[in-house]
Amino acid sequence: MTPAAAGEPLVEVRDLVKHFPIRRGVVLQRQVGAVRAVDGVSFDVLRGETLGLVGETGCGKSTTARLLTRLLDPTSGSIRFDGRDIATVGRRELGPLRREVQMIFQDPYSSLNPRKTIGAIIAEPFAIHKLLTDGEERRARVQELMERVGLNPEHYNRFPHEFSGGQRQRIGVARALALEPRLIIADEPVSALDVSIQAQILNLLRDLQRDLGLTIVFIAHDLSVVRHMCDRVAVMYLGKIVELASGDELYRAPRHPYTGALLAAVPVPRPTGRARRRELLPGDVPSPADPPAACRFHTRCWKAQPRCSEEEPLLESRAGGADLTACHFPLSAEEVAERVPELAGAQAAGAPGEAGPSGDAEASSGSSSSPSST
Amino acid sequence: MARYIARRLLWVVVLLFLVSLLTFLIFYALPSADPAALRAGRSANPKLIERIRTDLGLDKPLLEQYWLYMKALITKFDLGTSYQYNAPVRQLIFDRLPATISLAVGAAILWLVMGVGVGIIAALRRRSVLDRTTMGLALFGISAPVYFLGLVALYLFADDIGVIPLFGGSNSYKPLTDDPAAWLNSLILPWIVLAVSFAAFYSRLLRGNLIEVMGEDYIRTARAKGLSERRVVFRHGVRSAITPIVTVFGLDLGILLGGAILTETVFNIPGIGRLSYDAITRSDLPTIQGTVLLGAFFIIVANLLVDIAYAFLDPRVRYE
Amino acid sequence: MTALLEVEDLRVRFDTEDGVVHAVDGISYTVEVGRTLGIVGESGSGKSVEALTIMGLTRGRRTAIEGAARLEGRDLLAASDDELRAVRGNDVAMIFQDPLSSLHPYFRVGKQIVEAVQAHRDVSKAAARDRTVELLGLVGIPDPARRVDDFPHEFSGGMRQRAMIAMALANDPKLLIADEPTTALDVTVQAQILELMSRLQRELGMAIIIISHDLGVVAETADEIAVMYAGRIVERAPTATLFSAPRHPYTWGLLRSIPRLDVPREADLVPIAGRPPSLIQRPSGCAFHPRCPYALPSHAVTVPPLEAIEGDPAHHVACLLPEAVRAAAEARLRAGATPQEARAAAGVDSLEPEPAS
Repeated sequence: MTPAAAGEPLVEVRDLVKHFPIRRGVVLQRQVGAVRAVDGVSFDVLRGETLGLVGETGCGKSTTARLLTRLLDPTSGSIRFDGRDIATVGRRELGPLRREVQMIFQDPYSSLNPRKTIGAIIAEPFAIHKLLTDGEERRARVQELMERVGLNPEHYNRFPHEFSGGQRQRIGVARALALEPRLIIADEPVSALDVSIQAQILNLLRDLQRDLGLTIVFIAHDLSVVRHMCDRVAVMYLGKIVELASGDELYRAPRHPYTGALLAAVPVPRPTGRARRRELLPGDVPSPADPPAACRFHTRCWKAQPRCSEEEPLLESRAGGADLTACHFPLSAEEVAERVPELAGAQAAGAPGEAGPSGDAEASSGSSSSPSST
Repeated sequence: MARYIARRLLWVVVLLFLVSLLTFLIFYALPSADPAALRAGRSANPKLIERIRTDLGLDKPLLEQYWLYMKALITKFDLGTSYQYNAPVRQLIFDRLPATISLAVGAAILWLVMGVGVGIIAALRRRSVLDRTTMGLALFGISAPVYFLGLVALYLFADDIGVIPLFGGSNSYKPLTDDPAAWLNSLILPWIVLAVSFAAFYSRLLRGNLIEVMGEDYIRTARAKGLSERRVVFRHGVRSAITPIVTVFGLDLGILLGGAILTETVFNIPGIGRLSYDAITRSDLPTIQGTVLLGAFFIIVANLLVDIAYAFLDPRVRYE
Repeated sequence: MTALLEVEDLRVRFDTEDGVVHAVDGISYTVEVGRTLGIVGESGSGKSVEALTIMGLTRGRRTAIEGAARLEGRDLLAASDDELRAVRGNDVAMIFQDPLSSLHPYFRVGKQIVEAVQAHRDVSKAAARDRTVELLGLVGIPDPARRVDDFPHEFSGGMRQRAMIAMALANDPKLLIADEPTTALDVTVQAQILELMSRLQRELGMAIIIISHDLGVVAETADEIAVMYAGRIVERAPTATLFSAPRHPYTWGLLRSIPRLDVPREADLVPIAGRPPSLIQRPSGCAFHPRCPYALPSHAVTVPPLEAIEGDPAHHVACLLPEAVRAAAEARLRAGATPQEARAAAGVDSLEPEPAS
């Protein structure tokens, strides 16, 4: 794995904001409010790393992805790609960016044109950018790509409907790789796939990243998938990043109470079954059109104090390391151990690939009998 | 919602203004015919035409003519005077409107009942003989022109020339207020003829909608609750499938209220359609403009009503 | 313990234009009063069809159903449509994956629950409404007396599923079937709903069948788990046993192919090769054999029966490998071996002579 600190930033995002206006009026439409989908996020994507963006529906992770590829125009803020600000340049000047940033989508069924052959779909980027105009050359390159993502190159002339969900996602990956992009944005690439197929695609992405030195922004709602894939992880809540840390750190010692609650909510297949105690967040996510003042999580946070509704916590290092948290009262190690015992168990567990660490069964059932602090 | 309706009403005014401007330009300003000559009739001499031109104000600048037309329309609801009948266009329209409303509303009730009924049965008995037969007939109904069906109906069932004389034939229309029985008798054939193609279209539309709706998750939920199949179909299924029909229905009715030209002509019903047909054949410009404005008014208002009705039918629709 | 639902050799076939789909191909299980059975499988494993069939919701001209599903001794599959309707939403209730599309968009939430109450009880509208408000309160909808008049689109995703649960509970069912109840929900909302279902089960004492593709969800809720593959149950065991001593290669594959919070981050995922089989042309013999790393030539011929493991009558497996070999292979996997290494170490190849190549 590439150490995160060793990479130079490929993308620098600063104070990125995307508001979708809400308009009202009889004759003239006045703006009466805004859905604050992304409301001031800053982060770097380092060369060669996989950065995870994780959060629940409406947290702004997919909007952020669309801003990075300029499928959406930001309301304010800057995005520097390889030192060049791409947040404000006109669409015509985006040409090179369109080559260097590619997306992989969630739904492999609807993102492939059913009337084109696989070969034509994967060759599309070449056609758009007028590259490899020689037919033979182009075909050879496409087949090479197919081989690379684990498709049979002989299936060049088949149509998307002849492929299974997992194979279609491989086609999507091959198309994204065609122009040798420097940044790939994968938006929920496995959530539409069957359980037994997900691992095939995750492994493929991991191999490709290692072999080709790709930089990936990996967007997902599934914390286990993100943990498996990402060097660093940004946790989003209501348009803000609440925690940004290396994967090791975030999953060993989450600092933000929201991260803690997310991790505690993940059901884990383990022998103890229902004995595990759960930390439940009360209520629903507030509306992004009218987010709570100061810390947006304070309305649902069990650690909230008066200060949390008065003063917005900055995303900064709380423990002196590279782990950034936007919280006045971050979780302590004891609080984490109590709420998400399997994280400690995973660190202590033995050989990789162990199918069901029986060692932490006692640890978890032990904690389940301890009194809840909520 | 009130805000939305206010905005839409504003639009109704703007649209009607635009339609009036457009028809005025087409009929008065384009050099298609000289209105004064038309008004003068066949035995006109240049002097008479000049006098008429002055009387009608046709020698004034176009803008001023339009201004005077609109002023009369807005302040006195005066649509001008028909060349053909030498009577106020407003009066002509009001005289003809009851016949058109009788025809359109009666036919609409008929086609709704037939279309919805056949559509539901065909959807529930999908791929059965009944489904195939009714849908085949519906295809025929959609394709058959009204004047063809009208003539066939007259030859078969009209009480004057019909093979099996049953109902009033062509030119038998009596106003409802004069003689309700004769009114009903005179309209049965026109209602059926006008309703056939609409009923055919509506039944196919509803069948398609209902088949789709019956596959929805909430229908499965309704069944899982243990509701009777009748209740599942009619309360949960048809309720959803019929909503898009309301949109089409409002517009169709709006268009017909502006005059069912073909049906009124075939059956010689003195309605708005017949009036516009005669006005067109005789180049009666003020009457044409009046009926066009009336038609536009009905269509625009029907559109507005449909949109408002939709908000009540589908609670997810909220207008701002 | 008393059996509430006994399913015996249930088979469901659909006649389609592409051929006959063997959606469910002979499954048997028992759900005891007040207990939870988890059914795990991928799309196309037959887990949803099986549940819908018990509810009588797959009946139709193109469906062939065989076997028995006895609720308190009465065979639901043999019941007439009207008899079954009296059971549905009354003795057996069901909730579904997508609560938004499962609620009628044009009717108020309260009205839809009132309808469920009145479908089985001869009570006044006012009484049914009182019951509805009570149910909404029971499932944790805040301010139920006011929210009862909301439309589904005015509810959040979690509240919609709560409303679906309230509807299902309207007539105190003995059995609640939950088909992927949390798949469309966010993880924190999923936790709320699973907790709610456990609490309601404790308070009301109903039995639950929870169907999911997510082993974690099932692990947290079920007393017993059945793993389905291609229309059959391949392994059935008490929850603790299934995770501590899984015995079917498909179960092993599932457990190792998903990223988990409780294994080290660096651990490699071991995907199951290939893809789920066609239910029109099922693989011969053991349906899993084309994807199984431990398959032998004879496995393509013999259909494995679901049998109890020697020494553990509660643990059933449908696998042609001898139990000793399965135990050895599983122990190797647990120690970190790849499936190929485990196959070699457990001596799978010595069971049958290599076919002449």
